[in-house]
Amino acid sequence: MREALDQWTFVYLAYAIGVGGTLAMIAWSWIAMKRAEARRAKVRSSSKADR
Amino acid sequence: MHGFANPKRFLALAAWLTPLLLVSGIILSAGALVWGFTQVPPDRLMGETVRILFIHVPTAWLGMGGWTAIAISSLVFLVWRHPLAALAARGAAVPGLVFTLICLATGSVWGRPTWGAWWVWDGRLTSMLVLAFLYVAYIALAKAAEREGVSARIPAIFGLLGAINIPIINRSVVWWNSLHQPPSITLGNSSIDGIFLAPLLVAVVGFSLIFGGVVLARMRALLADIQAEARLRRRAMEMD
Repeated sequence: MREALDQWTFVYLAYAIGVGGTLAMIAWSWIAMKRAEARRAKVRSSSKADR
Repeated sequence: MHGFANPKRFLALAAWLTPLLLVSGIILSAGALVWGFTQVPPDRLMGETVRILFIHVPTAWLGMGGWTAIAISSLVFLVWRHPLAALAARGAAVPGLVFTLICLATGSVWGRPTWGAWWVWDGRLTSMLVLAFLYVAYIALAKAAEREGVSARIPAIFGLLGAINIPIINRSVVWWNSLHQPPSITLGNSSIDGIFLAPLLVAVVGFSLIFGGVVLARMRALLADIQAEARLRRRAMEMD
């Protein structure tokens, strides 16, 4: 007996993986960049205040 | 090219280029995916699952492209000692790994209805899985080298050696029997019908722009961390 597969289920799943993974990577990289740059600015300003 | 090796110049350029690449990449990729999802007819053999092409192929190319970028940046770092080349290699590692994993996952989802299997140990799939492991090893090695204060030459040499896998992935469907189809697009030639090729090329451009934007964002983060650490170390020495 042949198994009946709904092809759209696989299309939706692939799109969810692709779009979700890409957006998560963009958000993670953007937040990491902003955090690192804010930390650098904080260290710079505290160094200036010490002088 | 040497001019951009200056971190100050790089940051001035990356400040406006990062959001530009990300926003334009998201718009183009979203447009291509909607196009592929709603406007493309089902394929004669693969049916509706042909739409997975518009995610699977760009991520596969960028998975390989990411390691090519690591290898080129590593070579530039080893030969010319560009201060930003090692950062560029590290910046390309995470997006390269993410796109490789998306390629493997979407390929597996595509394989189930077309081949009747989620996974087969053939040349193309196995060499792509090896690429994912190489990315994980490179990221761990680069982090360890930074933490232990070891020379960045070690991950750079690893980045160069790992490039051996790229032609293996590319030629795997020619060298070995495989369920995976042979190359559909080669230099200047395509066996894909124009109705599928047009949204595919737009998706490739869109995902490539995203890749570039993420590499710049990760390089900026790495550079900011290095500069903050250097300043903290200098301050600690002054206090001593």
